[in-house]
Amino acid sequence: MVLEGKKRQVKFLYWEDCQSHDEALARLKKVLREDNINAEVEVIRIQTDEEARELRFIGSPTILVDGKDIQPPTTSRYGLVCRAYFLEDGRVSPLPSETMIRAAFKKRP
Amino acid sequence: MANIKVGDRAPDFTLTGVDDKAHSLNDYRERKVVVIFSCNHCPYVRAWEDRMIAIQADYLARGVQLIAINSNDADKYPEDSFENMKMRAKEKSFNFPYLRDKDQKVARSYGAQRTPEVFLFDRNFILRYHGAIDDNYDEPKAVKTPYLRNALDAVLSGKTIRVAETQPVGCTVKWKTN
Repeated sequence: MVLEGKKRQVKFLYWEDCQSHDEALARLKKVLREDNINAEVEVIRIQTDEEARELRFIGSPTILVDGKDIQPPTTSRYGLVCRAYFLEDGRVSPLPSETMIRAAFKKRP
Repeated sequence: MANIKVGDRAPDFTLTGVDDKAHSLNDYRERKVVVIFSCNHCPYVRAWEDRMIAIQADYLARGVQLIAINSNDADKYPEDSFENMKMRAKEKSFNFPYLRDKDQKVARSYGAQRTPEVFLFDRNFILRYHGAIDDNYDEPKAVKTPYLRNALDAVLSGKTIRVAETQPVGCTVKWKTN
């Protein structure tokens, strides 16, 4: 399979106590596979409030594509919390949608 | 792990609601009470909130009463303050009491660990179901097993609940550290 485009740098940051991280990572990988996206994914487990502050982690899960959050942060509070995603249909979810993930890769690196 | 198991009696409580009134468990005797440990900030609660409202609306006439309780530390999580609880209840038109467990005693007495976490009691305040609202926090249309609704239907018809215990899914209860 030929992967398309310049290699994208992806960081997947998560906190173990927030149960959506497995599903979120699976969604990310599904988008990469289905859209043939050339990407390197680094999975980072955040374990302490200090790590959260150092990495500016606003909640789990967080996906950064070439350094940019797939959903612009609405807070500057860093810590071990679950993150709310505001979906296209107006709902709130602990998971980013595939649409949101795809849109992040359509932006120029 | 919950402090009470299926078959145990509900620990009593008296807490202040967003209506600024005291609410005791005993106020709801003769009803089937659904205690849901909840809060403002948790995205799992926010994903399930509309379903909680719908369940209360659908089952009110059959003598079911939902009661949401927020036990989170509002110093560390200011979004969960009592004032913000009042705003959320008004914004979402909550059709059930939303109570503040400031000293976290009620959460400890129930052994609640997650938000949301459901405890369904029958009219004798005996625990009949404990766990999650349904099996899909993300997509309401993709729910395959509506655990709480199924449990309510069973209790209301005098039948055995097929699935009386599920793993609650959500944010951890935010405990005070001092």
